[in-house]
Amino acid sequence: MVIDLDRCTACQACVVACQVENNAPPTGAEEAALGRSISWLRLGSIHKEEHGHRPGLNLVPLPCMHCENPPCVRVCPANATTIDEEGMVAQVPSRCIGCRYCTTACPYTVRQSNWKDSVWPEPMDQGRNPDVSLRPRGVVEKCSFCSHRLQKARDLARFEGRALEDGEYLPACVETCPAGAMVFGDLDDPHSEVARQADSPRAFRLMEELGTRPKVTYLSKGE
Amino acid sequence: MTEVLTAPDPDEVLMRPMQRTTWRFWAFSAVLLAIWAWGMYAWYTQLGAGLDVTGLNVPVYWGLYITNFVFFIGISHAGTLISAILRLCKAEWRRPITRAAEIITVLVLFFGAGCVILDLGRPERALNVITKANFSSPLVWDVCSISVYLTGSIIYLLLPLIPDVAILRDRGVRPRWLYRAMACGFRGTERQHRNLDRAIAVMAVAVIPIAISVHTVVSWVFGMTVQPMWHSTIFGPYFVVGAIFSGIGAILIAMAIVRKVYHLENYLKPVHFNNLGLLLLVMALLWFYFTFAEFLTTYYGSDPDHMTIFTAKLSGEYAPLFWTMVATCLVIPVSLLVFKRTRSSIWGCVTAAVSVEIGMWLERYLIVIPSLSNPRLPREEVSYAPSWVEWSLLASFLAAFIFLYGLFTKFFPIVSIWEVREGRERALDEVVARVREALPGMPPEDDGSTPSTPRPSNADAPSEAVLVP
Repeated sequence: MVIDLDRCTACQACVVACQVENNAPPTGAEEAALGRSISWLRLGSIHKEEHGHRPGLNLVPLPCMHCENPPCVRVCPANATTIDEEGMVAQVPSRCIGCRYCTTACPYTVRQSNWKDSVWPEPMDQGRNPDVSLRPRGVVEKCSFCSHRLQKARDLARFEGRALEDGEYLPACVETCPAGAMVFGDLDDPHSEVARQADSPRAFRLMEELGTRPKVTYLSKGE
Repeated sequence: MTEVLTAPDPDEVLMRPMQRTTWRFWAFSAVLLAIWAWGMYAWYTQLGAGLDVTGLNVPVYWGLYITNFVFFIGISHAGTLISAILRLCKAEWRRPITRAAEIITVLVLFFGAGCVILDLGRPERALNVITKANFSSPLVWDVCSISVYLTGSIIYLLLPLIPDVAILRDRGVRPRWLYRAMACGFRGTERQHRNLDRAIAVMAVAVIPIAISVHTVVSWVFGMTVQPMWHSTIFGPYFVVGAIFSGIGAILIAMAIVRKVYHLENYLKPVHFNNLGLLLLVMALLWFYFTFAEFLTTYYGSDPDHMTIFTAKLSGEYAPLFWTMVATCLVIPVSLLVFKRTRSSIWGCVTAAVSVEIGMWLERYLIVIPSLSNPRLPREEVSYAPSWVEWSLLASFLAAFIFLYGLFTKFFPIVSIWEVREGRERALDEVVARVREALPGMPPEDDGSTPSTPRPSNADAPSEAVLVP
């Protein structure tokens, strides 16, 4: 994924799209003040020392970085978080014991814990996405790059007897971004749009010095 | 050994708690059980509502439970490790204190492991750690080393108990079936004693590396992440030192209590407090050395992410706790233990020990919480305050631990009877022989033959003595 910070207006449409797409339980201001709201993608600030700092606006969308060398996968005692064949960091909520070691090990603090049973007030419970399973209380969850969409797109392509095209499968945040600041695709394919943009001289990755090798690239001219 | 049984027993006082129980014991137990029950109610609340009832949040995913886990596992280094080291060093003064120390280890390990279960979002899936184990996770290493340590500690507690339960069995103390079963047919023959000594020696050697591995691995739970002020190579030895430090404190407190309650002034003498006090003093200085090295290195590295936490501890939000920790882990114990007069007095040692326990708990808290509440990516201000459930469960675990310790003293002599007797009967000769063997100009007493009764434990003594004319 590439996020162009020079295009991003910090409108948070991606955050809302993610909440709706992935059945993130709605929480109010009270819960948020306690640090208990769940969002797989949040708008957060990054340190001024980071390459992408822009005066006046220091908020960037922060999904899971889907690291090539993820600190979370290594520490999970129950193999509940793994790197799948697409290179995405997947979470298996039905196996998770809720020890929250992965959440503490993640330097980006993008992993979420279900502190309590999720409740959807009426009529929001009618609007849940049937493609994404609900997570029980006690387990950890995280951004999946909307992998359920990949399954659908891949099935369709297989049915039609063709290969998956670049841009055919997009996570909800990318699809929603009104400023076109987010690009998604196969980084292994050198001709894909995402691979081309990730090579831009404006590109940087968060906390590259930690050796996590994130698969989310940010673009920014800097100051 | 057996001839002593016929004479009026000088160690009668050690067997009295098994035969008589005062109303004070019941009253105290009732209070402890009430606190335990209250904690179980708190846990019931948490099982019903989830971790929502704790003060945990994003980014402080870990709180009091993990602090207590590290603290309890640290205390567990009291017993087995120290008793094993003293046994191997043939420190004769250890004889009356080993049992009181070993039982601490066994009991407290259950509570340490229990703290992790409390912390799980889905405790009913805890076994996934074994059935779906990911061996690159330090938590799985923890499960392995703690279960090995627990097994080893239980064996190491039970083996030296055998002669004592045999004594209780022969006296007909109730419950008879328990003592008969645990004595394993021990009759005190020379061959049985030799085998027992050998088994204890093997366990003593085995348990030391296991104990060190346990707290090293606990530290690696933190050290193996890339989080600021956790990712440190010093953490393994630092945690081991802290564990032994708080462990010695726990022994001192337990000794002072059983001495008072069971009138064991003849067994747990000021010299024992003095010697353990010296060990505590050494560990206090060692702890300070590690802490100083850790913080100075962080300061000179001045990585901004580390420095945020560094300043939060030294002068920020956590400064009151941090400086209390320095006072209770260093200033108070060192100033009490450095002087012979306060060190060899029971109150001096106990004050120092209680202070160390408070300080070491704070140290664990200050390792877990500040690193989590200051993540690398700045977040909206969220602070962590433990909820009543978390505090209740801490109180409950402490009460349960004290209760079970008391219960143990009601079934088994808290001072090892046979080891004290053996010390009285043989240790003097053995020590004299050892000194003769080691020092020049002291010819062996009986011209090569061993002192009064031979013991295999002495057979592997170093042979430099050959040089002596």
